[in-house]
Amino acid sequence: MTTTHPEPAPSGSEPVLALDGISVRLGGHQILDHVAFALDAGEFTGLIGSNGAGKTTLLRIVMGLRAADSGTVRVGGRPLTRRARGVGYVPQKIQIEPDAPLRARDLVALGLDGERLGPRLPSRARRDQVQQMLEAVDATRFADERVGTLSGGEQQRILIAHALIARPRLLLMDEPLANLDLRSGQEIVELTSRVAKEQGVAVLLSAHDINPLLPVMDKVVYLAGGRCAHGSTDQVVRSDVLTRLYRHPISVLRVDGRILVVAGAAVTADTVETVADDDGSLAVQA
Amino acid sequence: MGGTLSAVFEPGFFTSAPVHAALLTGAVVALISSTVGVFTVLRSQSFAGHSLADLGTLGGSGAFLLGVGPLWGFIAAGMVVGGAMDLAGTQRRNSRDVATGIILGAVLGLSALLLYFDTTESSTTGVTVTVLFGSLFAVSGYTVPAAVAFTALGLATLVLCYRPLLLSSVSTDLAAARGIRVRLLGLTFMLVMGVTVALSSLIVGTILSPALLIGPAAAALRLTRRPLAAMGTAAALGVAATWLGVLLAYDSYHWKPVGSGWPVSFFIIGLIFIAYMLSGLRKPGRTPTTADAASEAV
Repeated sequence: MTTTHPEPAPSGSEPVLALDGISVRLGGHQILDHVAFALDAGEFTGLIGSNGAGKTTLLRIVMGLRAADSGTVRVGGRPLTRRARGVGYVPQKIQIEPDAPLRARDLVALGLDGERLGPRLPSRARRDQVQQMLEAVDATRFADERVGTLSGGEQQRILIAHALIARPRLLLMDEPLANLDLRSGQEIVELTSRVAKEQGVAVLLSAHDINPLLPVMDKVVYLAGGRCAHGSTDQVVRSDVLTRLYRHPISVLRVDGRILVVAGAAVTADTVETVADDDGSLAVQA
Repeated sequence: MGGTLSAVFEPGFFTSAPVHAALLTGAVVALISSTVGVFTVLRSQSFAGHSLADLGTLGGSGAFLLGVGPLWGFIAAGMVVGGAMDLAGTQRRNSRDVATGIILGAVLGLSALLLYFDTTESSTTGVTVTVLFGSLFAVSGYTVPAAVAFTALGLATLVLCYRPLLLSSVSTDLAAARGIRVRLLGLTFMLVMGVTVALSSLIVGTILSPALLIGPAAAALRLTRRPLAAMGTAAALGVAATWLGVLLAYDSYHWKPVGSGWPVSFFIIGLIFIAYMLSGLRKPGRTPTTADAASEAV
């Protein structure tokens, strides 16, 4: 099997991830319909959509675990190969028993070369690298516990360390907040944002609620009905853009710094402030 | 000193050819069973281990009817059944429990028929006992080198696939995202498990072979948190239980009533069970810290 190290960045300013015209049909349903967007290095992007909007399908395509019916995926300017090189992945949940003999530290170390065949000799450099990564995600306290006994938030930290220790340029996270309480979820979002900034990693994090991501999110990819809108929060999360995306009247309400997306035209115009004007830079697929 | 030694090792223990064969075969089989057992627990596939052993009964009893050694019957059943179970998808076994139960029952029924034929043909119940409960002292001839060779092959496969196996036990998606061929890896492990259960059926029989697979691993998991340490501990426990079991079984011929020894399988499994119980005295659970207490209070 091949090495885990990402290839050197190609010259120029290629986007870390560029999707173009990605379409997937499954059982007569259009799961993804000409999805196109690009992520730049170090950007934190929220992949927002309700259940069944195609978030997981999209992530699996970027990981190379699933093929699209049409369209192209380029990672760091290169076409996607079977193994997505330079892409780290944090699954929604893991399936390990509490008594399984695998410490958090061991799982992080597997991030370096877990796909390699054959035995591995212990080395001081590896141990130091693992320790540094554990410190970066603030996980030294439970580094020697079994992975299966950790809480959901602790497991997420270890999985982030596992994904980032191989120094990818893109980190994909599949609904990391789905199984966490609000406080742990907020910690994970802030931690991911901080570590990704430090390492210059682009993050694509899927969620059904946009609000926990608002403090850290640079861009948003909004999925609905297989179509996507991409841009800054102010560009995308607006009544007119989402109405076009959903092909159904949508109101975006802002209440106390939180965003509510509700079906139907705005009803209480006096208490609701819809977002400001279109600046024409949207990438809306309709 | 000589008196103590001869009290522990009854006369002839060190010169008996069956004892040598039993010690060697028992050691290599315990080695691979315990190691594979740790992976079995890591991958939550103990159920598959039990099914493999049940279905091995068919192979063992069939082998006697055909006049070939039971090892070949066990190996053939283990490989075929292991491969078939992987293709059928043991991952989603919850929805298949009923179907699996029916198939296991049908196969055991067929095994009962074959064992009956075995017994009526040879006019002895020895075959039934050999298949179901093993006969380590009867291991001889080509079976010893064959067991060593299969063990070496199985262990080599485990060493080769060590890291991908660990990773895919955490999450198959995670493994697949790193380019690991998860299906091929799962099939490979099932085949290794098939061979392992076949080997352990040879020494302790099909009924007790899951105990040899899971027992040392279960004890080791209570003693250590690290994968390699768990495999080493399990292997040491398995080999120690097997050797001590062979010694006790040999000595038991001299126990009263003299001349009718106790079965070696009983001693091996009994010792593994004792090791498991003793390991419970020291359970390295999660070490509580003040920070844990704080986070739990929130």
